[in-house]
Parts: sequence; C-alpha cells; structure tokens
Amino acid sequence: MMKKTLIFILCLLIVLWFCGPVLLILIAALTPSAEYYDLARLVPTKLTLTHLESLFVRLNGWKATLISIQTALLSIVISFAIGLPAAYVLTRYVFKGKNLFRLTILLTRSFPVIIIGVPLVTLYLRIGIADSVLGVSLAHSSMILPFIIIISSSILGGISVEYEEAGMVFGLTRFRSFLRITLPLALPGFAAAAIYAFVLSWNEVFISAIINLTNRTLPAHILNTAMTSPDYFKFAAGTVMALPAMIFIFFTRKYLMSMWGISLK
Amino acid sequence: MIHHKGKIALMLLLPTFAYLIVFIFYPLVDTCLLAFSNPAGPLENFRRIITSGEFWKTLRNTLVITGIVVPLQLILGLALALFVNLRFKGYLFILYIIAIPLALSDVSAALMSYSIFASTGFLNKLLMAWGWIERPLYFFGFRFQDRAFWVIVITEVWRATPLVFIILLAGLQAVNKEYLEAANVFGFSPWQKLWKIVLPILRPSILSALLIRTIFAFQVFGVIWILAGRDIPVLAGEAYYWQTVVYNSNISSAYGLIIAVVTILISWAYITFLKPKSFEEEAV
Repeated sequence: MMKKTLIFILCLLIVLWFCGPVLLILIAALTPSAEYYDLARLVPTKLTLTHLESLFVRLNGWKATLISIQTALLSIVISFAIGLPAAYVLTRYVFKGKNLFRLTILLTRSFPVIIIGVPLVTLYLRIGIADSVLGVSLAHSSMILPFIIIISSSILGGISVEYEEAGMVFGLTRFRSFLRITLPLALPGFAAAAIYAFVLSWNEVFISAIINLTNRTLPAHILNTAMTSPDYFKFAAGTVMALPAMIFIFFTRKYLMSMWGISLK
Repeated sequence: MIHHKGKIALMLLLPTFAYLIVFIFYPLVDTCLLAFSNPAGPLENFRRIITSGEFWKTLRNTLVITGIVVPLQLILGLALALFVNLRFKGYLFILYIIAIPLALSDVSAALMSYSIFASTGFLNKLLMAWGWIERPLYFFGFRFQDRAFWVIVITEVWRATPLVFIILLAGLQAVNKEYLEAANVFGFSPWQKLWKIVLPILRPSILSALLIRTIFAFQVFGVIWILAGRDIPVLAGEAYYWQTVVYNSNISSAYGLIIAVVTILISWAYITFLKPKSFEEEAV
C-alpha cells in the first residue's frame, strides 16, 4: 500500500512537471491582454483567440507557418529520395567499406549543423536559391538524411529478403519486387520516420534563421520578432509551434523507443 | 547479374555521397577558409575574438551551462528510467507524458518558461496570491542575468532530460531479469543491485547519452537567445550574432569552427579515454 501511494505521488509530480509548462503557455496564449498584465489575476475569467488571430494575420504568422510546412515536407522528400536507396543497399548488399559507410552516417548525426549555415548562404547566392524554401530544406536534410538512412535500414532489415526474392523468381525485376512487396510492409515504419523528420525540421531554428531573411520558417520568424513583441504574442507563438509537434509525436508513440533509441546511438 | 551487383550498389549510394560532399564536406572546408581569411593574416579573426574579452565570458558560459545541465539531465533521466522500468500499472502513460518535451523546439520550451517566469507570469502571480511577495520578482533583463541563467538551466533540464530518459530506458531493456534474481539469492540490497549490475550493463547507453547531450549542449542557442539574448553570450549565439547582425561571415565562421573543434574533441575524449568496450559494437 505504502509503495502504491509513493508511486502515485511520483507519477503526479511527473505529470505536473512535464505537462504544467505546456498547459500554462496555452492558458497564457488565450488570456486577454488586460488580464495578463493584471498581477492580481492568476486565473483568467475568460479566454480569447485574439492573440492567435493577430499572430497569424498581422504578424505574418500564416506565411511563416506555410513556409515551415513546405520546408519540412520538402526536407522529407529530399531525405527519402536520397536516403532510401542507400538504406536499401545497407540491408541487401554486402560490399567493402560497408561498416565505414555506416559509421560515417552515424557521425554526421552528431555533426554540428550550426557550421553549415554560413557557407551555404554564399553558395545559395551563387546558384540562385538564396532565401528560398528549397535552400533551407536542403540544409535541414543534413540532419534528417542520416536519420532516415539509419532508421530505414533498420526497418528494411526487419523485412525478410526472401519475400523480395520470391517476387523476383516470379519474374518481377528487383525494383518492382521492392516496390510491390517490401515497400508496403515497410510503409508504417516509414510513415513514423517521416513524422519524426517533420518534427526535426519544424523545430529547427538556427539554420533557418541564418539562411533565409524574408522567407523565414515559424521558429526563425518568432526568434526574430519575439524580442520586440508583447508577451501574449510570444505565448501564442510558443503554443502554435508546440501543438503540431505534440500531436505528431502522439500518433507515433508506439515507435518512441525504437525511433529515439536508434537516432541517438 | 551477379557481377553487376557492385555497380548497382555504388549507383544507389551515389546520391548520398553527393549530398554529403556538397552539404557537409564543402561547408566544413568553406568554414575553415572563411575563419582563416582576413587581410591582416590568417589568424586575425581568432585574435580579434580572443582579445575581445567577450570571448572568455562566452566560452565560460557555454562550459558552465554544459557542466551543470548535462549531469543534472543524466541523474534525472536515470531516476525516471529506473522508475518507469518498474512497470507499475499505467507506466506507459507516464512514459508518453515524459516524452512530451521531445517534440518541442527549444524556442517553444523557452517561451513556456517565459510564461512562468515573466514579470506578470504565473510564478509571480501565484506568489503574490499567496502573499509571499509584495511586488513581482524580475528574472529577465540585463540587471538580472544571474536569475535568467538559472531559468535557462531549468528550461534546458526540462527540455532535454526526456532524451536521456529514453536512451537509458531503451538500455535498461538489456538488463537480464535472471541477473537480478541471482542477486536476490545472494542477498544484494537494491542499492547494490543498481551499482553492481544495472549501471555496468547500462554503461554504453549512459555514454552515448552523455556524448550526445554534451555535443548538443555546446550548440545551445534557441533557449538562451529567447530568454537572455546576448546578455548571456554563448558560442552558437555569437556565431548567429556575427552573421545576422554584423554581417561578418569570417568571425561567425571562426565561432562555428570553435564549436566544431570542441565537438570533435569531446567525441574523441569520450571514445578513447572512457574506452567503452561495447560502444563500438553498439554504434555499428
């Protein structure tokens, strides 16, 4: 009984500690400004959507949100297009230097993405994709691609090569066999990986803020305007950035351990 | 068909190689070139940084934040992982709750802290409602750097402990139940079981959690930029400032290079000095 009570109290503390700040910023984002600045008013008497509305309409939040979504989606497409063939090779072929290749990919995971920002600014100016969604997506792929290769090769590794070979025995080419047999089996895992990749890009701020000056993603836009905005806009922005990521993670909660576990080693 | 295999494999790997060369290797080289190029000599950028006085403050802040935040995250993450691993009723729910900050950006987390610690934030209102304070406490602004520093520490601990937690929880799954049962037979106390059995098995996970957290703590940027701006300068923040405010790519690159070198040194130190036996196997 004692033990049960103790576990319950600890659980309560954990829930408060981790949910508290999320809940508080949501309340703060919905509190009318007069009540927010009233020190005697701890709990708001009414809630309002004005701050969210002005963030989106007056402070260009819509544009930044759209750019964030485009950037994340394009990063996912780029990373899968490049990474999937590599992941396939890692699980289906034996070749010299395979371990070295895998190690290189793992090392790029811990590579400080901060230092690719500045050189890319000048490179993008030269090739004409400065201040564009494509530019930031290509840069974000540097943190997403290694993850996609590692996670995809572990997903593909879990699917027996024999199904694919059976398809080839029945006359499918290697490519079609992969497309028709292996890919459908791997799809749920890939979907979870894509969602995780979306969150990575959605949350990244340093690279986006350095590379794009006008077409900024939401975090970069907030970083730039937060200092000079009234507090309630900051809370609206913080909420808007937090909610999609939390919903996405909720849908992939089954993959939590395998996803984060793998991405970290 | 068989002798074409090598060629096909190479072709499929080619896009990845091309990407790594253009987006990792080239920027790395260019960063070096930028950092070492100055009309007054190759080391002039670094001389300017080091003699500016700001630099030592910047380096000290980065080191101190890393030195405080990473051990705290490890202790809390380990405690949470051991707790959830008890697998009491509803442990999965708690697992998902702890995972919430994993989804959040550093900017988001910083703004959440701000909603609590702002001068008209929840903490001040609560303390005043209880009658503990007469007027609001200030946590931000140039005069209150010490307080802002601790808010940053709390935010970083809140934000990144779940990462350590997940790695360690995954590692705990490798602890064989039979070892613990054997320990029971020999009359080990829970404390002895932790130190003699669980922690040694967990060693590779602890090391990779430490490595990844130390590396990322050195790149800490979003939380600090939102909560303190340049009042509490850190390496990544200076790189950002010199690039986007002063438009001096050379100094910015020099800061970037310092971060890269420190990152490489940390990785090297972890891998060689601590000689984790099974680390390489696990990494590969």
